Amino acid sequence: MTTRAFGEPIQRLEDPRLLTGQGRFLDDIGHGALAAAFVRSPHAHARIVSIDVTDAVDVDGLVAIYTHEDLDGRAGEPLPLLIPHAALTHGRTAYALAKDEVNHVGEPIAMVVATDRYVAEDVCARIRVEYDFLPPVVGIEAARDGELLVHEDVPGNVAAHMVQSRGDAVAAIEAAPHVLELDLAIERSASTPLEGKGVHARWDADDASLRVYTSTQASTSVRAALAARLELPPDRVEVIAPDVGGGFGVKIVHPWPEEVLVPWAAIRLGREVKWAEDRREHFVGAAHERGQLQHVRVGFDDDGRLLGLDVTVWHDNGAYTPYGIIVPIITTTQLLGPYKPGAYRAEFFSLYTNTVTVTPYRGAGRPQGCFAMERTMDAVAAYLGLDRTVVRERNFIRPDEMPYDHGLIFQDGRPLIYDSGDYPATLEKLKKLVGWDEFEAFRDEARAAGRRVGIGLACYVEGTGVGPYEGGWVKVETDGSVVAATGLTTQGQGHKTVFAQVVAAELGVPVDRVTVTTGDTRRFGYAVGTFASRAAVMSGNALATAARKVRDKALRIAGEALEADPRDLEIVDGVVRVVGSPSGAPGGSIPLATVAVLANPLRYAFDREAERATQFGGPVDYSKPPVAEGESPGLEDTGYYSPPRSTFANGMHAAIVETDPDTAEITILRYCVVHDCGTLINPRLVEGQIHGGVAQGVGGALYERMVYDDAGQLLNASFMDFLMPYSTEVPFIETDHLETPSPLNPLGVKGAGEAGVIPGSAVLASAISDAEGFAITRMPISPSDLFSLRLARESR
Amino acid sequence: MKPAGFAYHRPATVDDAVAVLAEVSPAGKVLAGGQSLVPLLNMRLAAPEHLVDINRLTELAYVRVDGDEVTVGALARHADVEHDDAAYAVLPLLRDTLEHVAHPTIRNRGTTVGSIAHADPAGELTAVLTLLGGTATLRSMRGERTVAAADFFTGPLTTCADADELVTSVTFPVPEGRTGAVWTEVARRHGDYAVCGTGVVVTLDDDLRVAGARSAYVSMGPEPAVLDLTDAVAGAMYDDADWAAAGRLAAGRLEPDDDIHATAAYRSHLAEVLTARAAGDAARRAAVA
Ligand SMILES: Cc1cc2nc3c(=O)[nH]c(=O)nc-3n(C[C@H](O)[C@H](O)[C@H](O)COP(=O)(O)OP(=O)(O)OC[C@H]3O[C@@H](n4cnc5c(N)ncnc54)[C@H](O)[C@@H]3O)c2cc1C
Repeated sequence: MTTRAFGEPIQRLEDPRLLTGQGRFLDDIGHGALAAAFVRSPHAHARIVSIDVTDAVDVDGLVAIYTHEDLDGRAGEPLPLLIPHAALTHGRTAYALAKDEVNHVGEPIAMVVATDRYVAEDVCARIRVEYDFLPPVVGIEAARDGELLVHEDVPGNVAAHMVQSRGDAVAAIEAAPHVLELDLAIERSASTPLEGKGVHARWDADDASLRVYTSTQASTSVRAALAARLELPPDRVEVIAPDVGGGFGVKIVHPWPEEVLVPWAAIRLGREVKWAEDRREHFVGAAHERGQLQHVRVGFDDDGRLLGLDVTVWHDNGAYTPYGIIVPIITTTQLLGPYKPGAYRAEFFSLYTNTVTVTPYRGAGRPQGCFAMERTMDAVAAYLGLDRTVVRERNFIRPDEMPYDHGLIFQDGRPLIYDSGDYPATLEKLKKLVGWDEFEAFRDEARAAGRRVGIGLACYVEGTGVGPYEGGWVKVETDGSVVAATGLTTQGQGHKTVFAQVVAAELGVPVDRVTVTTGDTRRFGYAVGTFASRAAVMSGNALATAARKVRDKALRIAGEALEADPRDLEIVDGVVRVVGSPSGAPGGSIPLATVAVLANPLRYAFDREAERATQFGGPVDYSKPPVAEGESPGLEDTGYYSPPRSTFANGMHAAIVETDPDTAEITILRYCVVHDCGTLINPRLVEGQIHGGVAQGVGGALYERMVYDDAGQLLNASFMDFLMPYSTEVPFIETDHLETPSPLNPLGVKGAGEAGVIPGSAVLASAISDAEGFAITRMPISPSDLFSLRLARESR
Repeated sequence: MKPAGFAYHRPATVDDAVAVLAEVSPAGKVLAGGQSLVPLLNMRLAAPEHLVDINRLTELAYVRVDGDEVTVGALARHADVEHDDAAYAVLPLLRDTLEHVAHPTIRNRGTTVGSIAHADPAGELTAVLTLLGGTATLRSMRGERTVAAADFFTGPLTTCADADELVTSVTFPVPEGRTGAVWTEVARRHGDYAVCGTGVVVTLDDDLRVAGARSAYVSMGPEPAVLDLTDAVAGAMYDDADWAAAGRLAAGRLEPDDDIHATAAYRSHLAEVLTARAAGDAARRAAVA
């Protein structure tokens, strides 16, 4: 294998293990553990009058039943509000177990611990909870009306109200030659990873330490949260994310009620306890996203240049705000995409409803923002009779305007400044890829055959790689293999491959000699987490820094051994040699493995190799201590990366759809992606990320919605009725890349994790509108919806 | 999502199976492929005290073609029926329909008889059995009886089978005369239960004029509905009949419901469109039969 690993489309190092069933997911751990199950509220809004366990207590195999009353100390306090914000004036979080009141179907009320999950569920079924019903607030309109309240002490159901602006958008619109207004809506969807949440906890009473495995996107932060909640010294708590079967955002929230309760019970009982979330629990007890109403006012000139843009967003944040108001902040800042409207004003209301809490789902507010902006671009083009690509092109930020300062504050609390990107070039590539200019001929041909087709496009810019920091640790073992660790977690992205590529490239070793550990506080204690397409940027650069330090040290030690100037040395295929000298040249090279041995001066030889590092093992320079001043033993080091601000990736999608004139079925004929995430570490993995994202984008556009009835019951809380697209629904995806390196980090990379999903609803709405001849303003859209829209138009 | 406790029986012969069913009746439930029953158990929507697993009854694992009918035993999987070339030769409608039933993995496990015993108004095979005027054969300690499809289905998810009865087989008759049959449906995703599905059988006379047309539907009401469409198209040449009129006739007679995937109005519209499409295709098939 070549050492030129960086940038190569190598296959995922994780796959042999995962594809042969050797993955170790949460439920694979702790077979002897007690099982937990939860009594969850069947009502959307109610006061708890009483909890009666009389019928439950004599079930064979029951170990314990806990309610809020039992939660002592800080475990009984409301869960933390993870990201406070000045605009979040009425933040509310749930208790780990409901105290007095429930605010959505699925809220946990009692925890049952039993010998196995079957028994635990039997017990749950026998616990009687008496409720006093309160009227539920369901849907954004009802929340906005403010007549009924979710939380008594939150007037108008408004958790947060925020306005950001640049220039005087209202005046600019008033003065503009043309003004349009749009009302738009995006329904709820959710991350729905195939593996739900899950927690396993083991308390070691002798060692007074707690080990927790949890299916999370933020193990170090879970550790901090657990130590605080359970009042344990942080160094007595270990948190490990095992293999995680998808996260997509929902597992960045922490601590989940179950994440507190399972360890809490394990300590109390002195027994291993495990809980693996089932599908129905995930639908009603985890988190959702999307869910916004939007009003857009736009003023523009005869050429379609935006002079003023004023957007109001009503964001459904569900019952609680544990993750703050990140999602609507992202919507209202990332809405701008690659464009520079003359003046901009964005206002949002984040509203409580008696439904599952809303927290980031892949895209995290961007799909909604992209939808608003791109629907607006199409509306302007339609109004002026201009080609949709022309209107976009005229509003683009030009490459020579980079870095571009929008004059707003982004979700990381730092200025919204785009670092780099070439939007006109991206659009050119996309037009070519999809055949934009040839489409009318295809449309005519299709029309002649009685078929209805349409084309659409959508552009986005994605702030990725948000801070504050990540770290990496790299060590060369005495056999020449390399181990590396970073604190952020992985949920299937292939981090272990790309991080190995980064480390291998820096160290000059074959990529398959590098083993990477993620998300294990025993291996790396300082980290933030995996979200916002940040892993490659943050941990990639941190590991590169660590690896470079190790390399410098290796060259120093090898220089001494070879009596050469380290600056004349290089590492090729795991061997340090004088630059350009053929390997194997006598005296001119030394294996990295040997350097690792020499790096750790020993008193005791534990094997033949180690003999070389012992005190009588070879020539010694008596003038120096065995470990030089300022050095540490071993060939290992740690590095951190903390960016001044986010880096901004971008992309554009185009789709060609066919809508059946009779059945209103919607078929995607072609789906094209041009994507720019800076320097590519591994094009294959980036493409995989795009494919997965597009699949979720298609899901959000054509299939997925959370159907709540007026009582706040989620009517489709299963994979039978929540229509995640199968492979048969996901189109073949044609991709092309641009590589505009980020000037903000040494590797020049930008994030790629969320890109694919962002323009899904926007691009498909654009294409369906084009096929049908009227504007689609509400997504997702089903054939039944399209049929209703057609009927409504005919009867107008 | 774990089932409530139950006693598990796994008889090795049909005689033993009906004996167990009689013994535990009415608290027993047959477990065939489990593709419908197990989810119901896991969600505790059903909690039978006894499960009688029939997966050892290899004597019922057959697909038999007897001249003008295809008989499917209770242990024949959907996939066995789908891939049976002899059955396809006499009754292509079975394979054509089964391709719309779920996904290959589910068809490898789920049984055709199970899907009929389950009587889901969205289940394609319930409609096909009714459309063709087929029968179900039931056995219990009390004896054996054969029931016409029209009498077998008594409501959504209910049949005339008693708690101690095992459905041992179902029989699909091959339509008489010069006929063509087609199944078509619109589903939200590939392999999902249909939003609207229809099977149509068209019979032509010797001059290739339409002598009869019948259709059956899934997801268009509480039970499989069978309609006679002959009035709209009788006597017309097979390639010149007003199939749209047949579609309108059908839509007018069906009373579907709204659900979270589609409005009733959309379903009616689909019934009209799909009936016309399927009937036209069926007539063309009959013409070359
Ligand atoms: C994801 C998914 C998608 C699906 N999509 C479709 C679809 O599109 N169309 C469709 O028609 N079906 C669909 N199905 C259902 C599937 O076809 C049925 O589950 C299957 O046909 C039922 O047969 P089974 O052998 O699995 O029955 P089981 O699940 O074992 O039993 C179902 C019911 O029938 C009873 N029963 C079974 N066999 C007998 C018997 N011999 N005598 C008496 N009672 C009996 C059982 O007691 C139980 O009440 C789908 C299933 C899944 C999981």
